[in-house]
Amino acid sequence: MTTRLRVLDDGAWVSVNDSREVRVSELWRLDASDLCACELTDLVVENFQSVGVDGATVAARVYGQCIACGSTGTTGWIPIGRVRGGEFVEFDRSAVRRVRQGE
Amino acid sequence: MPTDVENWKSEVYGNEVRDRLFEFAEEGYDSIPDDERDAWFERFKWWGLYHQRNGQEGYFMMRIGTPNGVLEPGQLRTVGEIADEYARGPGTNPVFGDAYADFTTRQSIQLHWIELSDVPAIFEKLEENGLSTQQACGDSWRNIVGNPVAGKDGQEVIDAWPVIRNLNETFKRDDDHANLPRKWKVSVTGSADGSGQGDINDLAFEPAYKSVGDDESEDAVGFNVRVGGGLARNEPRLARDIDVWVPPERVPDVAGGLSALFRDYGDREDRYNARVKFLVDEWGADEVRETLQSEYVDFELKTAGRDVREEYTYNAGEGERNDLIGVHDQKDGQNFVGLNVLVGRMGADDVLELADLAEQYGSGEVRLSQRQNVIVTDVPDDALDEFLDEPLLEHHAPDPSPFMRGSVACTGTEFCSLSIVETKNRQVRFARWLKANVDLPDGVDEFHVHLSGCTASCAQPQIADVSLRGMKTRKDGEPVEALDVGLGGGLGENPQFARWVTQRVPVDEVPGAIANLVESFAAGRDEGESFRAFVARHDESELDAFVEPEETDYEDPMMHNTKRTWYPYAEHDSMEDAPSTPADD
Repeated sequence: MTTRLRVLDDGAWVSVNDSREVRVSELWRLDASDLCACELTDLVVENFQSVGVDGATVAARVYGQCIACGSTGTTGWIPIGRVRGGEFVEFDRSAVRRVRQGE
Repeated sequence: MPTDVENWKSEVYGNEVRDRLFEFAEEGYDSIPDDERDAWFERFKWWGLYHQRNGQEGYFMMRIGTPNGVLEPGQLRTVGEIADEYARGPGTNPVFGDAYADFTTRQSIQLHWIELSDVPAIFEKLEENGLSTQQACGDSWRNIVGNPVAGKDGQEVIDAWPVIRNLNETFKRDDDHANLPRKWKVSVTGSADGSGQGDINDLAFEPAYKSVGDDESEDAVGFNVRVGGGLARNEPRLARDIDVWVPPERVPDVAGGLSALFRDYGDREDRYNARVKFLVDEWGADEVRETLQSEYVDFELKTAGRDVREEYTYNAGEGERNDLIGVHDQKDGQNFVGLNVLVGRMGADDVLELADLAEQYGSGEVRLSQRQNVIVTDVPDDALDEFLDEPLLEHHAPDPSPFMRGSVACTGTEFCSLSIVETKNRQVRFARWLKANVDLPDGVDEFHVHLSGCTASCAQPQIADVSLRGMKTRKDGEPVEALDVGLGGGLGENPQFARWVTQRVPVDEVPGAIANLVESFAAGRDEGESFRAFVARHDESELDAFVEPEETDYEDPMMHNTKRTWYPYAEHDSMEDAPSTPADD
């Protein structure tokens, strides 16, 4: 089944199968040593830059700021949810997210 | 590879969207196929309709483009009646009530909670009264801005209003300029005060004199041209001087040439790199000029003329006419009266009452400034005192507190998908607290505080004395809404953007931070020194120390993540309590 993925409204949304699913302005805990030196990045998601899918896993590159240290930048591909039977389920936002390896 | 948006635009865009929009309105919101909604919502923007954020599915923001902020007699009443009848949704704003109009930093009007089924009736009423939402959003010519009192201003060098009207009539509805890589913001200013804010626009025409004629003995008045200004996305740019002077009758040729240049050379593969400011970065001003000359105009461009930038006062940090609030002379001997509209939002009842007053005391015309305020024009001297005594002017004052008149705020999380924080109601609370608790030093009667919910910069935060931008932080371990604080921005002869000196101040500590900042300013300023000059002579660590965040008796009821609500002010605000899509009626 094809999954339709889009970044909408100047980076405010990730749309999955024509439904606005993941929004900016949330805080994500990231294991992202390339973005800042914090043990875990406490990232305010300001903009979605791009979205893609690998199998059933939807991933996005986002621009944001670590509110612990102030570093800003664009992340690598971060898995944000999964599509099952055409339905998108976002990963638990309180869990640590990791940049996909090999990107 | 072209973006989805480019693909959608290449299929249907511009004028032809209207027919489908009306069909959907007739058949109901649910008639938009699920797999076409993203595309249609993008296209609807060209007709001034922007789908509100999640939790508010099926409701739209409607933007009415009023060129140069001019509302001809009767048009404000139309806006008030539409707001009263149609801009009512399931959520009530605790400050502004159920129906209101927002006056924007681009001299436009925004209404919220618009249902798709009402759009044809609204369009009919707007168009009967000479108003339109066309191209108010989307990738094309946006509302043209300028000095709102063009044609009337006693300080005018050249009347820009016919030029703006001509541009509006020429390039709106023109299919050759309907689909640009991104928005195209144009400013045309004819006064010597800088109130068109050309420096922050994609394309700016600013008043300038040029020696013309065979022996160059004649001094003609026209415009110098600047290209590539803008504030969004942490990439603020001042428009670059491309060394072109143009007489008024040639403005459409140059404006159309630059719009076509942008259409043809702008980046359609990366929307983040699409604005013309990035093309100017890449090419430089000289190449923009050379390309315009060689490919887009069929006459020889003149070099830049003698500008009047040294006279600019608007949002310049000091001097007279920092804004257009208060009573000012028109060149015909009448007066225009600028009234404060705190954060640009006015209840529908007040809009209608203002329309009455404008007819009673003036010509009925009202104009909108880029500081989100309204201006009643054509008030004769003998009607002035009575007008100023009207009860409505106690609230929308011609002589408000500096903290009230200096407040600008964007839409924020109440409706906007991009914003990180609540804005309009918060800036109202800030302004009221500052008015009650903070005294500016003697002689300082202008103090601009702009609050923008995100880096899109719709409240133009980078050109304020105090710039506030939405962020998050943790307080006692809990995530709370926060603001980055920037200082010392402004326009004028030598515009400069604010320096972001203090990051992530919890919102409840911001009023205290501003109070402490003003205290440091009062204690350390040189005699007669403006705030902007004071900021300019301090480095960022010194300024950071002046911004001392502090809890006070200010209380902020919106510390939490307002984006996780369907509407921040609802009694039951969770997404699960969101109203259903409006029924067709």
